[in-house]
Amino acid sequence: MKKHTGASDSLLQVGVLVGALVLALLVGAGLILLARASPIAAYKAMFTGPFSGRYGITESLVKATPLLLIGLGIVISFRSGILNIGGEGQMIAGSLAGAAVALALPGWPAVALLPLTMIAGILAGAVWGGIAGWLKACLSVNEILSTVMLNQIAFQLNLYLIRGPMIDPQEVAYGTGCPQTALLPRSIWLPRIIRGTRFHWGLVIAVAFAVLVYVFLWRTTIGYRMRASGAGPQAARAAGIGVENYQILAMAFAGGFAGLAGVVEVLGVHHRVLEGLSGGYGFSGIVVALFGRLHPLGCIPASILFGMLTLGADMMQRAVSIPAAIVMAIQGLVVLFVVGSDLLIRQPDLLRRRLRMVGPSIAPAGGAAGGNKEVNS
Amino acid sequence: MGAISGQGIVVGILATGIRLAAPFLFASLGEMFSQRSGVFNLGLEGIMMMGAFAGFMTSLGAGSPWLGVLAAIGVGAALGLLMAFISVTMQAEQGISGIGLHMFCWGLSGLLFRVYLGFITSCKGFSPWHIPVLSHIPVLGPILFQHNWMVYFSLLLVPVSWFVLYRTTWGLKVRAVGTTPQAADTLGVNVNAIRCQCVVLGGAMAGLAGAFLTVGQANMYADNITAGRGFIAVALVYFGRWSPMGILLGSLLFSMMNALQLWVQVLGISFPYEFAVIMPYVMTIAALAVAVRRVWAPTALGKPFRREAG
Repeated sequence: MKKHTGASDSLLQVGVLVGALVLALLVGAGLILLARASPIAAYKAMFTGPFSGRYGITESLVKATPLLLIGLGIVISFRSGILNIGGEGQMIAGSLAGAAVALALPGWPAVALLPLTMIAGILAGAVWGGIAGWLKACLSVNEILSTVMLNQIAFQLNLYLIRGPMIDPQEVAYGTGCPQTALLPRSIWLPRIIRGTRFHWGLVIAVAFAVLVYVFLWRTTIGYRMRASGAGPQAARAAGIGVENYQILAMAFAGGFAGLAGVVEVLGVHHRVLEGLSGGYGFSGIVVALFGRLHPLGCIPASILFGMLTLGADMMQRAVSIPAAIVMAIQGLVVLFVVGSDLLIRQPDLLRRRLRMVGPSIAPAGGAAGGNKEVNS
Repeated sequence: MGAISGQGIVVGILATGIRLAAPFLFASLGEMFSQRSGVFNLGLEGIMMMGAFAGFMTSLGAGSPWLGVLAAIGVGAALGLLMAFISVTMQAEQGISGIGLHMFCWGLSGLLFRVYLGFITSCKGFSPWHIPVLSHIPVLGPILFQHNWMVYFSLLLVPVSWFVLYRTTWGLKVRAVGTTPQAADTLGVNVNAIRCQCVVLGGAMAGLAGAFLTVGQANMYADNITAGRGFIAVALVYFGRWSPMGILLGSLLFSMMNALQLWVQVLGISFPYEFAVIMPYVMTIAALAVAVRRVWAPTALGKPFRREAG
């Protein structure tokens, strides 16, 4: 989470990422054994599944779409020195607001309704994220705790709305015991890129945003100030940057992206809001951001990789009946190994030195990851 | 639940509240040691899940809730060791490693539940131990003295934690490495060793908290049984200003809220159930906003310790 330039540094970073993934998969193999199945058969299904024809490839990309959007938001927040664990709740808030707008204005033409729906989702997510940013900046409430609480609140709010005020009238009439909202107007569904699959235009939107975020963070003044706030709040403050304001803004951006992910998921895949829409995407977005080395463009391949892993886990569940929950365990391990190996990236010679048992560290204090700063801010 | 009228309801809510405080107390007191030593362990929720599962499966398999409690403590300590290795030894960013640990435990408990159980069944649990004489006191008896041993034990841990933290050498070292690690290091205290001990202790107690949910309370296991209690436990440490008494107050406050929420459902008062569930979380945020001032926090909280050359 520190700037690196040299080619050997990039190589080391890629090596660490690959190592973290391989290690996580190895431990995962142990878990599969624990689940009384063959790791070879399981992983074979998991890794060939996403490449097995049109369905596998397109579904992987469908799953990559919300991951990329949420990952982008998390990159912005982490780069600004504030940790966003609230992707899940922000995504729910976005999907609910988007659906509410679309359902409230049924007769409107798509050219007006589609952007309105998306903006509503982005705004709701931004507010949900912004609350945590504001609480941190003004009342010094730890943002990790507040976002976690906001996740739970959004989750319950979602249940209340889809069981109560926003429940599908059809559902009330025929009752299938599956609470959800009515279908959104067909005119604003995101068109499918490939017919006969669920692959929709959301991914194109997400990739476009990845480029925009890159330009924003590295080519604009606000982006520069955000990164400065994250890299060193003391120095940024000395340079006259209102660190707190940029942290609120960063959380609003992060929430906005998660909210957009929620709307896009509704408009592109489900066409309604239902229980479990967020399905762990908020947490997986953290993995994507970390795996993309907190770079917007790096998130593109990272999101596709984890989209494939998620789909692969579904296919593994069908092929060798290992619960797909294992992919969450593997992602957790990836997070642990990636952040655990950060020390090696910050101080590449540390391992060598430790092995040689040569005196105390002479390396400069590495730029610790963003969140460490929160206590001194 | 006795007579649903006047005093009966109040006694019921208070008794339920005392009982529901136990998991918060176990987890928060453990986390307090961890944070006092300078490590923010956000993986508590996940460790609780695994503790709940281990406690349940062991009790189901061995037929003994006592073994279940031991298994949960063991699993919690092992996961604490993993967290200690990542965050103390490898000096990783603590907030993110905690989330990683949570995701790992969440996935693993979901996996194991579906593979080994797949359906909801009940196991042997602890039955309430009515304290002689005291439990017969009207009103106070049912509220305070008709619980199982884990509830009494959780309350007993409050003064014990206070004593350990403020009156033992080890507690002094814990406080020292959490506030002035460089100075503690100079005096010959092994900073990282103390921190690892605290994180492992915190993990073991989170496992115990999980076991309370299965063998101490419900005698059954359901997916996601912890329902965010681990995260609230972390928040309670902030709310309680890193002191055992503060944590006791916070835990009681929040468990009473939960008890009220449960009784609202039981009594069938027309109030959206989801809002009742939301209340404790809103309360947590509000409490953090009002109660937390940074001055109370261990100054080295969240900062990995690295020995620098002079």
